[in-house]
Amino acid sequence: MSELEFRTAIRDAIDEEIERDPSVVFFGEDVAAAGGVFMTTPGLHEKHGQERVFDTPISELAMAGAAFGAAVTGLRPVIEIMFGDFMALPMDSLVNQAAKYWYVSNEQASVPLVVRSAVGAGGRFGAMHSQIHATWFQGIPGLKIAAPSRPADAKALLKSAIRDDNPVIFLEHKRLYSVKGPAPEEETVPLGRANVVREGGDITIASALKGVPDALAAADELASDGIDAEVVDLRSLRPLDSETVLASVARTNRLLVVEEGPQTGGWAAVLLGVVAQEGLHDLDDCWLLNTDETPAPYSPTLEDAFLPGPGAIAASVRERLGVAAA
Amino acid sequence: MARAETEPTGAAQERADAARERAGESPAEYLERYGRMRLIRRFEQEIQRLFLRGEVHGTTHLSAGQEAVPVGICSALEPSDYVAGTYRGHGHALAKGTDPEALAAEMLGRATGVCGGRAGSMNVVDLEHGLVGCFGIVGGSVAAATGAALSAQRQGGVAVAFFGDGATNQGYFHECLNWAQVFDLPVVYVCENNFYGEFTPMADVTAGGEIGIRATGYGMTSRVVDGNDLWAVREAALEAVGRARAGDGPTLLECQTYRHYGHSKSDPGKYRPPDEVESWLARDPLDLVRARLLELGVAEDELAGVESEIDERMDRAVEAALAAPYPDPQRDAGTEFKG
Repeated sequence: MSELEFRTAIRDAIDEEIERDPSVVFFGEDVAAAGGVFMTTPGLHEKHGQERVFDTPISELAMAGAAFGAAVTGLRPVIEIMFGDFMALPMDSLVNQAAKYWYVSNEQASVPLVVRSAVGAGGRFGAMHSQIHATWFQGIPGLKIAAPSRPADAKALLKSAIRDDNPVIFLEHKRLYSVKGPAPEEETVPLGRANVVREGGDITIASALKGVPDALAAADELASDGIDAEVVDLRSLRPLDSETVLASVARTNRLLVVEEGPQTGGWAAVLLGVVAQEGLHDLDDCWLLNTDETPAPYSPTLEDAFLPGPGAIAASVRERLGVAAA
Repeated sequence: MARAETEPTGAAQERADAARERAGESPAEYLERYGRMRLIRRFEQEIQRLFLRGEVHGTTHLSAGQEAVPVGICSALEPSDYVAGTYRGHGHALAKGTDPEALAAEMLGRATGVCGGRAGSMNVVDLEHGLVGCFGIVGGSVAAATGAALSAQRQGGVAVAFFGDGATNQGYFHECLNWAQVFDLPVVYVCENNFYGEFTPMADVTAGGEIGIRATGYGMTSRVVDGNDLWAVREAALEAVGRARAGDGPTLLECQTYRHYGHSKSDPGKYRPPDEVESWLARDPLDLVRARLLELGVAEDELAGVESEIDERMDRAVEAALAAPYPDPQRDAGTEFKG
């Protein structure tokens, strides 16, 4: 099977959806002529023309607002807000306009809109280019949030997001763009559905985005310590597929949720709360691994320590289970 | 401190007269528009009355005094054109064609409301009549119309944003004007300048003088319009909408007008000097249309006929809305997502 790079998966999904549906348009800062600052969208402008793919001013509020207005009048915009950190700027349009429209209008129209952004730390980008904005939008009814970890899911989830009639916040972790993997087997993957990416009987590790390959690496390390970890790739953060996690915990009786972001107000804590509420009888232990309650630091030593990588995940599991490293 | 011009300048009067001649329209067409203005005025008076009776909840922002702007602008639009309004949006909705009974029922939180009682006064949506929405946050309508214009550019049609003077100090305004000019969007930005951003005189918190000239920085055509003169508003709208329809890009219209009530329910409007209020009340846009129509030869009983017809229509609308059921939380809880 041919290998698919994560960034190519993104490009191909947009390309194919523009081809498939004449109402899909794609715009953002530096996405057309330059092909995106992370080279995720090269060639789309040349192939589909200015009417379908275009560069915008550095005006995130106008971009999101215009995308909203276009979405309720017949277009299906896909926009790129370059870094997730910049999502603070278009917040009014996304939170007060796009997210509420379907409900408040009494279901006169929904808002088919996808907002893509590069997210996450580890790139030495510092505090204002390293955040994951999912938690800013976690509490907003009407929004969906996709958070793929694998190229196949990136492509299939983005296609689902573009075809979805509701606004979708689509997260792309910077440190996944160059990851290669198999192409998707299905054309789309449903939003809001998790995936067990490694089976195991001793503990469930649930995560999303870069946390998934980190959890898989930790699971390999833990295997040599005699701990058999199951890894759940959440793939979407809203709706959050607690059912898949509960089913996994019913087998493993332990749950660790790993989130790149602070514990306070995070999705990991929400998931843990739901699992405790619904599946306390299955739980022997459950806990969270997050970043510190500080902004992302710049210096490599500080940033590496800040992130809950494979070593930190494995160490946390060993400590909690009272197992020494092999 | 700068204050609103309360008398039309000679130039504005001349423009209005010229517009009337150019448009070559019969007084009968203006009689219909006068009826629509009266409908908005009566609607606002009824909402005020029903609010005091406890039937309208939360807050409302009444547009009485500003009726010539939405009616004049919407008179230049097709039913399929898009409009985005503000939280002072009852007039925007009624001018675009929203049924007064459905709008009144929405204010009353009833199941028969245009949004089933989910929206209330500030967030009305009526897509069937091209009302993309009324937006509860200052500046939101500017972006919504800009986006609707992206669609209209591809599908045909024009989009209009109504917004107040206060919105012109928001990021939405500046980002969207630049955006619309860059992409030649078929959009008309209509600023209803009533000279107060909530309780604060606009002039106290705004640099650079009149709002219309802000378009100049973006290379956009703009005009300052006497917003209490229906003829002047309509003439400016025909020109701006025509430009948008021809593919010649956006226009900013600063329509100077005045609200008769305070900003919202909790505001008696005491920060406005009495002589200023008086001078604007003396230029009530409905009185101006009425006087002009009499001048043009419309009979008094014809005007009175339209007035009583509108009043009866409004009475029936309120009566029906008051009789309508409240939404049932068991049945009408709604869904988070479509599909």
